[in-house]
Amino acid sequence: MKFRVERDVLAEAVTWTARTLPTRPPAPVLAGVRIEAAADGALTLSTFDYEVSARSEVAAEVETPGSVLVSGRLLAEISRALPAKPVDVVLEGTRVTVTCGSSRFTLLTMPVEDYPSLPEMPALAGAVDAEEFAAAIGQVTIAAGRDETLPLLTGVKVEINGEKLTLLATDRYRLAMREMTWRPQSPTIERQALVRARTLSDVARSLTSAGTIEISLAESADIIGFEAGGRHTTSLLVDGEYPPVRRLFPEQTTTHTVTNSAALIEAAKRVALVAERNTPIRLTFTDGQVVLEAGQGDDAQASEALESVLVGEEITTAFNPQYLLDGLGALGAPFTRLSFTHPTKPAVMSGQQEGGGDSPDSADTFRYLLQPIRFAS
Amino acid sequence: MSRAPRNESVRRDWGGDDSDTSILHVDMDAFFAAVELIDRPELRGLPVIVGGAHRGVVLSATYEARAAGVRSAMPMTRARALCPQAIIIPPDHHKYRDISTSVMRILGDVTPVIEPVSIDEAFLDVSGARRRVGSPSHIGELIRRRISEELGVVASVGIASTKFVAKLASSHAKPDGLLLIPRAATVPFLHSLPVGALWGVGERTEATLARSGIRTVADLAHSPPGMLNRVLGTAGGSRLLDLAWGRDPRPVQPTRHEKSIGHEQTFGTDLTDLGDMSAALLDFSHRCAARLRAADLVTSCISIKVRLADFTTLSRSHTLDAATDVAHDIYQAARRLLAGMTLPPDGVRLLGVRCEALSDAATTFVQVALDDSGPERRAAERVMDEVHARFGRAAVTAGSLVRQPTSDTGDGDIS
Repeated sequence: MKFRVERDVLAEAVTWTARTLPTRPPAPVLAGVRIEAAADGALTLSTFDYEVSARSEVAAEVETPGSVLVSGRLLAEISRALPAKPVDVVLEGTRVTVTCGSSRFTLLTMPVEDYPSLPEMPALAGAVDAEEFAAAIGQVTIAAGRDETLPLLTGVKVEINGEKLTLLATDRYRLAMREMTWRPQSPTIERQALVRARTLSDVARSLTSAGTIEISLAESADIIGFEAGGRHTTSLLVDGEYPPVRRLFPEQTTTHTVTNSAALIEAAKRVALVAERNTPIRLTFTDGQVVLEAGQGDDAQASEALESVLVGEEITTAFNPQYLLDGLGALGAPFTRLSFTHPTKPAVMSGQQEGGGDSPDSADTFRYLLQPIRFAS
Repeated sequence: MSRAPRNESVRRDWGGDDSDTSILHVDMDAFFAAVELIDRPELRGLPVIVGGAHRGVVLSATYEARAAGVRSAMPMTRARALCPQAIIIPPDHHKYRDISTSVMRILGDVTPVIEPVSIDEAFLDVSGARRRVGSPSHIGELIRRRISEELGVVASVGIASTKFVAKLASSHAKPDGLLLIPRAATVPFLHSLPVGALWGVGERTEATLARSGIRTVADLAHSPPGMLNRVLGTAGGSRLLDLAWGRDPRPVQPTRHEKSIGHEQTFGTDLTDLGDMSAALLDFSHRCAARLRAADLVTSCISIKVRLADFTTLSRSHTLDAATDVAHDIYQAARRLLAGMTLPPDGVRLLGVRCEALSDAATTFVQVALDDSGPERRAAERVMDEVHARFGRAAVTAGSLVRQPTSDTGDGDIS
């Protein structure tokens, strides 16, 4: 095997392909990146740890086709450190030499025949705008569980209903739901999948440069695939029945408030400084204003008042400061609508483009359900 | 029911100077037995034992039973052998807690500086009450009279300048007495006692000290510190030496909160069925939760205790996401802990549930889960509390506790 490739092309491809490699792999070959040079000038790099697979195709000047398995982490570090010149990679016996300018590295190879074959990409389900998908992932993954003993909740529920794609995540204390339109292969397609939140976050981070992401999801399959700009990745789905969380959103709310998002975030951050662990920010909405408070008794206390529109009864409630800020940050809208049924019942957060109590909200795209904190008694 | 060694000759007048003795130790005499006698006055003067009928131990015994050699914590079988004519009454903790609350209320009339030590004893620091109520001796007699007249049970009181000496004094005042140890008499009083009277000297330490020729507190007080430290370790040696000279700087701590609430039971026959064990955990969880609610406390750490047939004792604990006073939550945690243990087929002898990391319900925040059913369950359990208060524990219980001791389903999946 012998090929020449641009340093930037190699470095980007290896870095992306090797990004999920485990530090302590169950078998040594799983720490490797497989390089396949084809006679037609296609260079394919792949990794697989039986859960996540990654495959990246780039162009190279291939002199002798062949394949080799080398340490992914080491190759990634080397390729990033090389000078900006063409890189020559040659297999000589059981060693690979990497030459770039006057730099020369010799790497040990691992038996490529011991490397597991990557799962096949499932059937293509449709395509989605990369930027919008990444934003949607950012909005819902904040609410996904991080407790690995409850694996179900570390996933994001992906629901596909024709042109509608819905993402849902909850850690039992808040629930984020984002709906968006996409371009399905078939207008009547119906799919459900539970995808690890960190897999989706990784997709949002590393597959957005191409403008469009293709999603592969077969009916009752156990993997999902994403593809963009020559990069393919698959991931095992989370096993199990996701609870029917959508019905937790109240059908009707009796009171809603509209507040400037940026002002609310700033105030909440300031007031949260005195909220000790497990203690809330209290929000009191009256006509024309909201007062944020934290701290009680002998502890440090803070309060701040802001302009806010109230439609309905005055209401006081209390939230975990971080959960509140997570939701406000995820809205990405100039105004924040909070809708209530009762001070101790979950509140719905949604975005609004305009201030004022009668303006439409964005509840049809993003909604965040937040359970208040209450006293134990 | 103190088992500390006493010396009958020290129950004498040590002097009447109570000017520098502000610590009172109030200790109920044969408390559980005395409470039972309130309802059954016909048993007065007879040997009465409170305790489990079969495999249990003696929890309390009247002085008539003690005269036959019955002691607290003694296995019931041995107690019955010693005193076959004794009347045995199963314990009713609910009743004892009620009387205990009334006792503490009487003490609270004297001073807020009360440190309850257990259900039937408490320390008081009356230095602030002296002007308003009277001298410590006067207060001691007042407390004894009120407890006797208003509640029909008897308290003994020890008065001294330190907690340790006050506690020794009350144990020497029993039964139905008051003993004042003036500050000046502290050392002579201590030095008249056997070394086993010191806090922390049990049978083993006593034997260790006896091998070095130390049999009385006086012996210990006059031993070279180096020798004591060699025999007992540095910390142990200097602590006992301090006590032997009446040095005990610990103040009466009125804010002492209950650190944990638990319920455990030794079973008549070892439990082998997971369903029966779960039922026991559910029962104990309800008892703990009711006590939490009665005290306006919530717990955020649950532990279980399992004693196997061979007396090996295991315990496991779990920290909850959110503080609770709901039996359902306590039970869920306890059951998961039990499920995580590998139990031998010959079963368990004792099970216990304990709620730790307690805090005041009124000031503890809880991040409720979206799918939380806590409020409904809590409301249901509160209703149970009220029914129990009015009609007794048997009146209402969790459906899954209405069962024969041996489950025929055996899957133990109850909630």
